[in-house]
Amino acid sequence: MSSDTNSAKSNKNNTLANNNTTVKKLLLVVLAMFGFGFLLVPLYDVFCDITGLNGKTSNTAASYNTTGIDSSRTVKVQFITRNAKGIPWQFEPVINEINVHPGEMKVVSFYAKNNASYDITGQAVPSVSPGLAANYFHKIECFCFTQQPLTAGSDVEMGLQFYVDIELPSDINTLTLSYTLYDISEKSS
Amino acid sequence: MTTDTLNNTSTADIEVAVNQGDNSGNHDHKMTGIKRWLYTTNHKDIGTLYLWFAFIMLLTGGALAMVIRAELFQPGLQLVEPDFFNQLTTVHGLVMVFGAIMPAFTGFANWMLPMMLGAPDMALPRMNNWSFWILPFAFAILLGSFFMESGAPNFGWTFYAPLSTTYSNGSTAFFGFAVHIMGISSIMGAINIVVTIMNMRAPGMTYMKMPLFVWTFFITAYLLIVVMPVLAGVVTMILTDTYFGTSFFDAAGGGDPVMFQHIFWFFGHPEVYIMILPAFGIISTTIPAFSRKKLFGYSSMVYATSSIALLSFLVWAHHMFTTGMPLFGELFFMYCTMLIAVPTGVKIFNWVATMWRGSLSFETPMLFSIAFVILFTIGGFSGLMLAMTPVDFQYHDTYFVVAHFHYVLVTGSLFSLYAGAYFWLPKWTGHMYNDTLSKWHFWCSLISVNLLFFPMHFLGLAGMPRRIPDYALQFADFNKWVSIGGFAFGLSQLIFLAVVIKCIRGGEKALAKPWDGAVGLEWTVASPAPYHTFSAPPSQQDIDKQHEN
Repeated sequence: MSSDTNSAKSNKNNTLANNNTTVKKLLLVVLAMFGFGFLLVPLYDVFCDITGLNGKTSNTAASYNTTGIDSSRTVKVQFITRNAKGIPWQFEPVINEINVHPGEMKVVSFYAKNNASYDITGQAVPSVSPGLAANYFHKIECFCFTQQPLTAGSDVEMGLQFYVDIELPSDINTLTLSYTLYDISEKSS
Repeated sequence: MTTDTLNNTSTADIEVAVNQGDNSGNHDHKMTGIKRWLYTTNHKDIGTLYLWFAFIMLLTGGALAMVIRAELFQPGLQLVEPDFFNQLTTVHGLVMVFGAIMPAFTGFANWMLPMMLGAPDMALPRMNNWSFWILPFAFAILLGSFFMESGAPNFGWTFYAPLSTTYSNGSTAFFGFAVHIMGISSIMGAINIVVTIMNMRAPGMTYMKMPLFVWTFFITAYLLIVVMPVLAGVVTMILTDTYFGTSFFDAAGGGDPVMFQHIFWFFGHPEVYIMILPAFGIISTTIPAFSRKKLFGYSSMVYATSSIALLSFLVWAHHMFTTGMPLFGELFFMYCTMLIAVPTGVKIFNWVATMWRGSLSFETPMLFSIAFVILFTIGGFSGLMLAMTPVDFQYHDTYFVVAHFHYVLVTGSLFSLYAGAYFWLPKWTGHMYNDTLSKWHFWCSLISVNLLFFPMHFLGLAGMPRRIPDYALQFADFNKWVSIGGFAFGLSQLIFLAVVIKCIRGGEKALAKPWDGAVGLEWTVASPAPYHTFSAPPSQQDIDKQHEN
């Protein structure tokens, strides 16, 4: 009986050691997956940059660099604007849409007026729909590259210089460029 | 001499080795009163705690649903404000998912896994105690937020940004901490299950000899370990976005709210399988028992469960078809989602084949199991409909979705839990349950649950959006019927409470194996199961006998 108990005890000790090893391995998996959750953030950005999945356009100015103008094709570019919660600006495109040939450079402008009685710094965030067209929409100059400080009551006309890539997939005939305007006074000060 | 008395003689010696560092010595002696439950490291006690907690949460979440259905009984705003209505739907979802279904399955795991594996206890008994006892605190925080100035979370259990960040009513912190604690509890429970299954199996119990019940919990626990940390990550991001000025999901700071949905559903889709795979395990135990046949296609069941688990990582964006994904993305997620129907179909057909030409009898666990197979299949089919991208644009965020996930979660997961509870109640309490009362519970539940959820399909197809406190007049009749079904279903669950209390207090003495067709090591010990079982492992013949039958 006692030798039985001893062998049972050593079996139990083996089990305990095995348990500890397994627990450590599983805890590593837990930690790794917690990290993976955060890793998804840069991965998502890279993925979207490459594929243009979420309609994000480049944050830096492109240079005008085209192999020609495809005048046989006309693409309609629409402009829409939207104010995020809590920014009392008037913000709208001067023209709502424009027809362009791929490769052709165009300049349009947007109007903004600070209706508040205090200074506000705004930031417009662009997005292109359909998302896959984002990589074919090149901005040479855009007010969205910089912050827009407006003193109380003042207004400004802001320019956007762009061209649509000649490689734009042929099934896309209309692009919508949407700007959402955020109040970033707190974050910029 | 029976096996049980043999087990008990050697218990004291071996238990000291098992619970090293525990100084109280004699483990046959239970502490009394509240201390027994607070300090317990016994898998059966902890299983009982989990099951009672889950049932209390089921009634709590059910009570919230009753208020929702009362408000929706007729069009217009009668009882609650829209904001409070949102709090109700949010907390109802959180309580049912994290408070009722998941802890109930953990309770089953605690009670049954050691007995099915021929192990003396779970591998990590102290962590087991801890993983249960943090849960009441999590739900105290969550439910307590109803009484705070800000109110409870009102952004849906899916807490989409920016609803939970920019537009939060101030409850995001309560929500975040509560979910963190629930997550930690789940992870600890899952680690315990995996370690138990890997290391505590009785000698001779190979992986392919484990009951399918054990397999499904094994795979589910792995899913939990992999995805719950991702949930913890996304909750952390929500908290820092709301309170510490980060911009993970805020476009003004370069973030992207759609990314929230990607990360959330990367957790969220495996999560729905976490809530159904253990149900498959229970049904795969009860149907063979009452068909008096071996489970048809055991190994195909193991592989089907594994493939469902693997595929669950490739389908998350089917929750996001309307967010403006490119065509190839929608096609990829549509086909992957439909692919899941294949292993799920394998399971359904295996259950039907198990019943085919079996010697069937219709005890209450079997009634719930058959209802599960039929009604879960309805839920599966509406899932297939939702998987079709073009029609999902019509069904998205309507009551059709509500009908779908309640068919899989209520008539799926919850019915399997009832099947399992009736099946093992004799083993847990030592008494047979009151048969008449249990049949009342089944038939009332079956009729009312269909009255409750079936018309929701039509409401959804007709365009009634989900999560609204008021609706257009043409939806009035169906909503009235749905509400009546809801009240009836809610009240029917009190019959179950009565059955369980009666069963604990007395009733016909249960045999060690009250079901003649049942197999499994748990039926080789007495009823009620002694406080300590399998202190000495079962014999190889016993193990093989369970597998051969």
